[in-house]
Amino acid sequence: MNEQPTAAPGPVARLIEEFHKLPGVGPKLAQRLTYYLLRMPAVEARALAEAILEVKERITFCSVCQNVTDTNPCRICASDRRDRTMICVVEEPLDILAMERSGSYGGLYHVLHGAISPMDGIGPEELKIEELLARLRTNEATEVILATNPNLEGEATAMYLTRLLRPLGLRITRLARGLPVGGDLEYADDVTLTRAMEGRQEVTD
Amino acid sequence: MTVPRLYKTEAIVLRQRKLGEADRILTLFTPAYGKLDAKAKGVRKTTSRMGGHLQPLNRCMVQLARGHTMEVVAGCETLESFQPLRDDLGRLSRALYAAELADRFLPERVENIPTYRLLLDTLRRLGDAGGTDPSTGSGQDLTLRHYEMKLLERSGFRPELGRCLGCQQALQPVQNFFSPVAGGTYCASCGAAAAGSRALSVNGLKVLRLLQRASYKEVEELNLPPALAEELERHLRSYIVCVLERDVNAAAFIERLRREQQPLRV
Repeated sequence: MNEQPTAAPGPVARLIEEFHKLPGVGPKLAQRLTYYLLRMPAVEARALAEAILEVKERITFCSVCQNVTDTNPCRICASDRRDRTMICVVEEPLDILAMERSGSYGGLYHVLHGAISPMDGIGPEELKIEELLARLRTNEATEVILATNPNLEGEATAMYLTRLLRPLGLRITRLARGLPVGGDLEYADDVTLTRAMEGRQEVTD
Repeated sequence: MTVPRLYKTEAIVLRQRKLGEADRILTLFTPAYGKLDAKAKGVRKTTSRMGGHLQPLNRCMVQLARGHTMEVVAGCETLESFQPLRDDLGRLSRALYAAELADRFLPERVENIPTYRLLLDTLRRLGDAGGTDPSTGSGQDLTLRHYEMKLLERSGFRPELGRCLGCQQALQPVQNFFSPVAGGTYCASCGAAAAGSRALSVNGLKVLRLLQRASYKEVEELNLPPALAEELERHLRSYIVCVLERDVNAAAFIERLRREQQPLRV
């Protein structure tokens, strides 16, 4: 991967190298971004640099829900307009963004920061499960919604959590799995169709 | 075998890892083309037509296009989704263990129909093996031991269980030794001095030999006491770790589930 031009001056080469470390950024894109930045007004470049620094310095994990936040507890956990009896368990902070965008949920969240993946050696101890248990023992939640991804890892995580949470006597629910909006029935796989059939609902006027 | 530019094959999805925004790289095990990596584009989107078909442990019919660095999945359809495996954490963890072993043992792009057959049978057996006690998964564990032994044999690592690797004498029906490093048994007098060897009980040796030569049908009949099952697992696992020169990740999760299940049984 030694494609950097030797002609690039030290600081330029260094920036290329830093960009190259980002996910999905190859050597060519790293060079393009760097030379774009070189032509950028100094003010904009400084704003970018400051934004990066600010994210690293001010953003922490919420001590309650483990979401990324600049206030502790985070705005959702601190809000008095959220329903405190429901906790929606998700894999990543980005999942919260998706849920919030839909506007269909008004409860609290808990971020696991991953999913159980036995083959990759990611077990329950790597996730924020202890924090969830501690939280459920003390707070007023009556329902836990398992909103892990509907893939193998997400299902394994949901099954594991169900087993762990059952003794707490809470209502445990799982997001419905079935046909996606905009999809075609003929392309659906067996598992999805089975789930969709199991979760069918009566049509009401 | 020369591979055409676009071809269709049956495959078991061994594992997957994320790539870029919405893609995945899958490790597929095909009977005729062996183990190979394939890129599946856009499968992480909810509207993907292929996502559900390409879940790990699925057996599906895939259409592959030869790419520059790896194949690209052009189309697929599920043949068998092993639903019972997915509904039970104990079964699922064991099936993933089987898939991980296949992934680690198999070389890339080498035709291997017998091993494909073995993995497929094992996944089916794990799906319906209730065993004598479903909560401990003893029947499923026996399925795994049989799988391990056959997989070792087909990969060229058949352990020597007939005679002593030190003095070459036939083993006596007393406590002998098993050495993962040497890949076989030592007699009572040579064993103590052999590096890394561990005690192997008379019954342990008997069952290991049975696993090596018998069909699954005979093995299935066995009902092992927990201590013996544990001994077999320990010996085979240590040998596998030694051959692979690394731990098997999924084993730790099986272990953990077993540990956490224990208090619930009393």
